[in-house]
Amino acid sequence: MRVPLLRGRSWLPEAGEVRPNDEVTATATVGVLALQGDFQEHCTALRGLGVSVTEVRRADQLDAIDALIIPGGESTSMAKLMDAYGMRVPLQTFAASGRPTWGTCAGLILLASRLAEDRPEPLGLMDIAVQRDGFGRQVDSFETELDIAGVQGGPVHAVFIRAPLILETGSDVQTLASLADGTAVVVRQGHLLASAFHPELTGDARMHRYFVEMLPVGASP
Amino acid sequence: MSTNGTDNGKETGTFLVKAGLAQMLKGGVIMDVVTAEQAKIAEDAGACSVMALERVPADIRADGGVARMSDPAMIEAIMRAVTIPVMAKVRIGHFVEAKILEAIGIDYIDESEVLTPADEEHHVWKHDFKVPFVCGCRDLGEALRRIGEGAAMIRTKGEAGTGDVVEAVRHMRTVMKQIRRVQLMGDDELTAYGKEIGASLDLLRETKRLGRLPVVNFAAGGVATPADAALMMHLGADGVFVGSGIFKSGDPSERGKAIVKAVTHYDDPEAIAEASKGLGEPMVGISARSLAPGQELATRGW
Repeated sequence: MRVPLLRGRSWLPEAGEVRPNDEVTATATVGVLALQGDFQEHCTALRGLGVSVTEVRRADQLDAIDALIIPGGESTSMAKLMDAYGMRVPLQTFAASGRPTWGTCAGLILLASRLAEDRPEPLGLMDIAVQRDGFGRQVDSFETELDIAGVQGGPVHAVFIRAPLILETGSDVQTLASLADGTAVVVRQGHLLASAFHPELTGDARMHRYFVEMLPVGASP
Repeated sequence: MSTNGTDNGKETGTFLVKAGLAQMLKGGVIMDVVTAEQAKIAEDAGACSVMALERVPADIRADGGVARMSDPAMIEAIMRAVTIPVMAKVRIGHFVEAKILEAIGIDYIDESEVLTPADEEHHVWKHDFKVPFVCGCRDLGEALRRIGEGAAMIRTKGEAGTGDVVEAVRHMRTVMKQIRRVQLMGDDELTAYGKEIGASLDLLRETKRLGRLPVVNFAAGGVATPADAALMMHLGADGVFVGSGIFKSGDPSERGKAIVKAVTHYDDPEAIAEASKGLGEPMVGISARSLAPGQELATRGW
């Protein structure tokens, strides 16, 4: 029996994943919401692209960033902390300002405008309907290969953990990637991006590069 | 033998998805609950997961006798009550209790020294399960032995049910100190060190490369206050388990919220000060030093 220890893919980036800087990434500051979840892995991926990163725990920190990632974690906990620390309206205002905002997994749930259940209350920013844990419980979590429109260099290895299911997308929402059965798992609506999987866990920063390239050229804090 | 599955290009039960769920719990608090009502209070307080069990460690300690896996019906009631992941405990080495929990669809299994061990020589071979496991440790060797067996998450043992954080501090300090030593070692030294602490060379090299444990590492065992929780975060914990500390205190809801806040804002003393005000009575503590040798739970497991 092969023991699946830690050879091969790990949730921490491999050495040598650092990518070259360019004009956009060199001047922008990207914030990662750091209330709970795997925000550290997003920060690592962004730093590998040469981007300045701020961990965002307070509303006033949103003023100094050009783009925001809402990471994976527990959407119920994150929504409660968002409300407890007075960050709901500032986050909505941030996204309404047109600055790129990306939600992964729990972050996708929080960006949605409609959820299948009555809790948690999402931020209501993207025209998508979402079912939490829509693929099942933890024993149904899975890995697969995914072609993503706009992401070069072949399929991305995608990890889905108690992932949300996108039930409906509005007419302004573009599907960038789907599973073999047609389920949309990466969607974009203008400056808003959402992915049901965790690009931050596999040491492949191509999705992060895609997100950073959503920043207007010349953006600076 | 493997329980990992492939369906339509989807691979389930892989180590990455098991260790990945622990990633999602980071920066969070996992709370022990004994009823569906407590589970809802914990969820409302901001817990990122709950541990479903029949008695919290302080009661197990007081009651004595044999402590076993909880009634699956009671665990299922808690799974229905909340949307956050639910964990439950099995006795060390009791792989059938673990199979039962996997069968009811539990999200995480804690192979725990808080229950009476079922096997005094072997732990569960955790690679055979689709459901991920968390295990306790007192030092790096113990942590890497558990990871070698398939644990996808590690926690300190501390001394559960005491409300005394001293043992959790000792265990976290020990693991971190040993990781720093490993980072300075060459391969020849790692081989000898692996023999000394009972850890595999592969996992020691991985630990050296990463500069941390290869899986998420939480603090557990004796955390009772927001300050205790923030202390453990400063010492290198990725998050915190609170067992008896919440529902054995005077105001579980407020204390739960305060500990969650202290973990998120562990580096912000003003926020912790604010969270610590007016919480009422903490759980009644027992000094870990006052325990007779047979009463220590942390020495269970090998």
